[in-house]
Amino acid sequence: MSNDNFQPVLLARQNKPNSHTLASYQADGGYQALAKALKMANTEVIDVVKASGLRGRGGAGFPTGLKWTFLPKDVKGPIYLCINGDESEPGTFNNRVLIEQDPHQVLEGIVISSFATRTTTAYFYLRYEYGRCYRVLKDAIDEMYDNNLLGKNILGSGYDLDIHLHRGACAYICGEETGLIESLEGKRAWPRIKPPFPAIEGAFRKPTVVNNVETMACIPHIINHGPEWFMSMGIPKDPNNPRDAGSYGPKLYCISGHVNKPGLVELPMGISARDLIEKHAGGVWKGRKAKAVVPGGISMGFMSESELDTPLDFAGPGRVGCLGLGTAAVIVIDDHTSMVDVLYNACRFFAHESCGQCTPCREGTAWSTKILERIRDGRGKLSDIDLLLEISSSIGTIPGTTICGLADGAAWPMKTAINKFRGEFEEYIKSGRKSESRSLAGAH
Amino acid sequence: MAKVIVNDVEVEADPKDNCILAARKAGVEIPHYCWHESLSVVASCRMCLVEVGEKKPDGTIAWGPKLVPGCQTPIKEGTVIRTDSAKVKTTQQMTLELLLLNHPLDCSICDQAGECYLQDYTYKYGKAQSRLDEPKLQRMDKYHIGEQIALFTDRCVMCTRCVRFTREISGTAELQVVARGSHEEIDVFPDVPCDNKLAGNVVDLCPVGALCSKDFLYKKRVWWLKHAESVCTGCSTGCSIHIDQNEDKVYRLRPRENPLAQGHFMCDEGRFGFKYIHDERRLTRPKLSDAVSGAANRKSHATTTAGSGDLSFADPWTDVLEVARRKIKDAVKSDARGFVAVLSPFMTVEEAYLLASFLKGLDKRVRLVLGPVPMVGSDDKYPKGPKGESPAEDKVRFTIRAEKCPNRLGVEAVLRHFEGQITGLEQMMAGANATSWFLVGGNSEGWVTESIDRAVGQPGLLIVQDIFPSPLSERADILLPSGSFAEREGTYVNHSGLAQAVQAAVRCPGDARADGRILLELAERKGLFNAMAIRKEVGNAIPSLVALTEGDLGEHGVKIGGVAREPIHS
Repeated sequence: MSNDNFQPVLLARQNKPNSHTLASYQADGGYQALAKALKMANTEVIDVVKASGLRGRGGAGFPTGLKWTFLPKDVKGPIYLCINGDESEPGTFNNRVLIEQDPHQVLEGIVISSFATRTTTAYFYLRYEYGRCYRVLKDAIDEMYDNNLLGKNILGSGYDLDIHLHRGACAYICGEETGLIESLEGKRAWPRIKPPFPAIEGAFRKPTVVNNVETMACIPHIINHGPEWFMSMGIPKDPNNPRDAGSYGPKLYCISGHVNKPGLVELPMGISARDLIEKHAGGVWKGRKAKAVVPGGISMGFMSESELDTPLDFAGPGRVGCLGLGTAAVIVIDDHTSMVDVLYNACRFFAHESCGQCTPCREGTAWSTKILERIRDGRGKLSDIDLLLEISSSIGTIPGTTICGLADGAAWPMKTAINKFRGEFEEYIKSGRKSESRSLAGAH
Repeated sequence: MAKVIVNDVEVEADPKDNCILAARKAGVEIPHYCWHESLSVVASCRMCLVEVGEKKPDGTIAWGPKLVPGCQTPIKEGTVIRTDSAKVKTTQQMTLELLLLNHPLDCSICDQAGECYLQDYTYKYGKAQSRLDEPKLQRMDKYHIGEQIALFTDRCVMCTRCVRFTREISGTAELQVVARGSHEEIDVFPDVPCDNKLAGNVVDLCPVGALCSKDFLYKKRVWWLKHAESVCTGCSTGCSIHIDQNEDKVYRLRPRENPLAQGHFMCDEGRFGFKYIHDERRLTRPKLSDAVSGAANRKSHATTTAGSGDLSFADPWTDVLEVARRKIKDAVKSDARGFVAVLSPFMTVEEAYLLASFLKGLDKRVRLVLGPVPMVGSDDKYPKGPKGESPAEDKVRFTIRAEKCPNRLGVEAVLRHFEGQITGLEQMMAGANATSWFLVGGNSEGWVTESIDRAVGQPGLLIVQDIFPSPLSERADILLPSGSFAEREGTYVNHSGLAQAVQAAVRCPGDARADGRILLELAERKGLFNAMAIRKEVGNAIPSLVALTEGDLGEHGVKIGGVAREPIHS
């Protein structure tokens, strides 16, 4: 597949002067999609989004249009739309670029989505660390109010919408949709038990849709260019697998780690990790080889060097034992790096970020960190490897032992690192050597 | 009802039940920590994970793909629950191993040992050894959590029952979770301790030894305690309780679940309000005044004050009761209308019946009145709102009643039967024209006010049956030291007409006797006092108490019909 002629869609206006202003956005044809959508019936908008095959960019890849249809039909009282801008998956920074460079693209998507879901109040949940995003968004929202793009009777259509910008308080768990809702309500961000799902009972006990920032950014383009255009990009659904929803559209790949040119690249879904590293990230740094690659944020686990030809679409990483595409945040780990250290760093992050509600996650993440700490201190035992595997297989929503997926995200790096690099772990433990005790970058 | 299959056993369960309740009906325990019938479901401890499937019409079972929490999973017709599969057992073992990771194994000095769910479940479902090689987390104990509550932070399993209790039942929301992950702790805001009137319940709710009652702390190992089923006499709510005692000393009261009475909880007023039963001032020796004993013309042991060197084994009661009986008969004979008996709302139905039937048996004209009904403030309803306001009537989860006695309705039913009407003591005092008084107390605190004292004055015959000294007991012709609630057996009828049986937990101090025993002998009835037998008799004799005919009132008690809820005499 050739992506050479691909013209960025979501990042098209990146690096233009004043790309974050309304004037600049409108000069490039901004808010035409909104005007178009407001002339349609809200169900028609949903149908278009459904037809486009757009899947949520936040990590789980749930079809966006389908999610919208879960809202009860004859609901009295408000429906809420929450925008998940709590981008805290390690290695992920696409929301930040989208918001800082082109906030109106996201906001237009929000207004269209709100219209489609009959929402009159939308909440933009932004992680606290994104101070610049906050200021940019705030200004952008003010501009929209000044130009009748928000508030009462938007563009004379009779549709009203308010967007509230809400800053989180630095917790990974707020990226989980029900954790986000709890946090938005001013409570401790402990994910809720489901059912009821947010579409039935979400924020403030009202039907709620939670969508990712990047998903929102895709919406105006789908309205402008139609679902066929959107489906012309990416990997079509597997005809042999009725449960495969396909991976359509452009995707922002965040490339970080040991590459020469880390950064954000927009490509149609389905590029292989190897191509991404070689063609778009300038290859592995210092002339080294990649040892492992994280396909989509640390919680998705690791791909080994031999698996780098896996397409990075929604289905690809799963075929090589990873949890999924996640946020498409590719972290490259070179062959000079110890997987024990990498895994320790991942575990430490999850132990720190576990909300502490469910026993298996609260204790399991902390325990695995302690075990890895001991291994790194040269006091490991070979039985620790199986113990880590046992912990990883007993925590998470997949065995059913936790409420939310954070524990799955904690388990997958352990599973994949040990299964794919077991020899290295064994050798490390047998050698009894100590890792440098400096803390690694990434987790705080 | 829905048919549910639990480990191959088919049972009928309420469609509103969750898997834990349905399994309980099949006699199967699904271990759980965070779930509690009275609190919201959080499904966070993950101890109750089970396999759940659905039985199809063709007989096959469609199992769910993963384990589900029994607390969160509702049942319906055909639900199949499996709690003993290898998958469930391994998960239970893992969960317990994880819960014990940072739990100190300090059972030997932990107050909860013996009634600890972590101990019990580990024994039943856990494995013997932990694979933890690293040091456990250590945390500071928090004695400041509440006036009555101490938090042993490192024993906490983060079930958050206590947090939910203060939010959902008391509404005071003092407790919360702070920090994150395995460093989480229960805490209060600085200077806002958990001191609400229901706070003691968090100790009972705590499935482990994290929250302990300071009052009970290190006083007794729980396996030495014997439990009696009783009813709290602190107010007319009539909370079902356990009285935990050892060697005639009551160590603590615990609420006993009773959906008909109060639910799962009790208030701190009741919980810690039992101390008076071990008060040194308790009346312990029956006494005849010199005048009466002179009249008896007999040297009675009862007249000598029991000193520490008194080694007399003679029963002081024989003489006292004989004199009392004769004096009462004489007094009734000479002026039946002038004989007034005051029945305390602290008496059991049986005791009230014994006294009333005895006196009315002597002469119908003997007057029976209701003793003072202690009232304090107004009903205190929970959960409180954010500003401490009372909840709407349909949101009330717990009420501490203003009427601070256990059995006004029961005694009133007896009085109504024998007297036809109910007269309060204060009401009739003015025109009493009484020549003889038989006053029964038994209240938790002094009840003889100055006006009562004055009204009684120096009558021809003054008999006082009480547990604490008062001006009346000082000058009583006949003093009958009686029993507190922990020493009686009988029946109490609460504010809603629920008749509950109480068991005697301890013996009376010294020579004091429970009221039932005193009155039975006074009435010259044969045999020993047996609450069940008298209860049946009461049921047969008094139509409004016909529900008592059963004798055995069961764990939760029975509602007596036709109890008029008249305004309380104040």
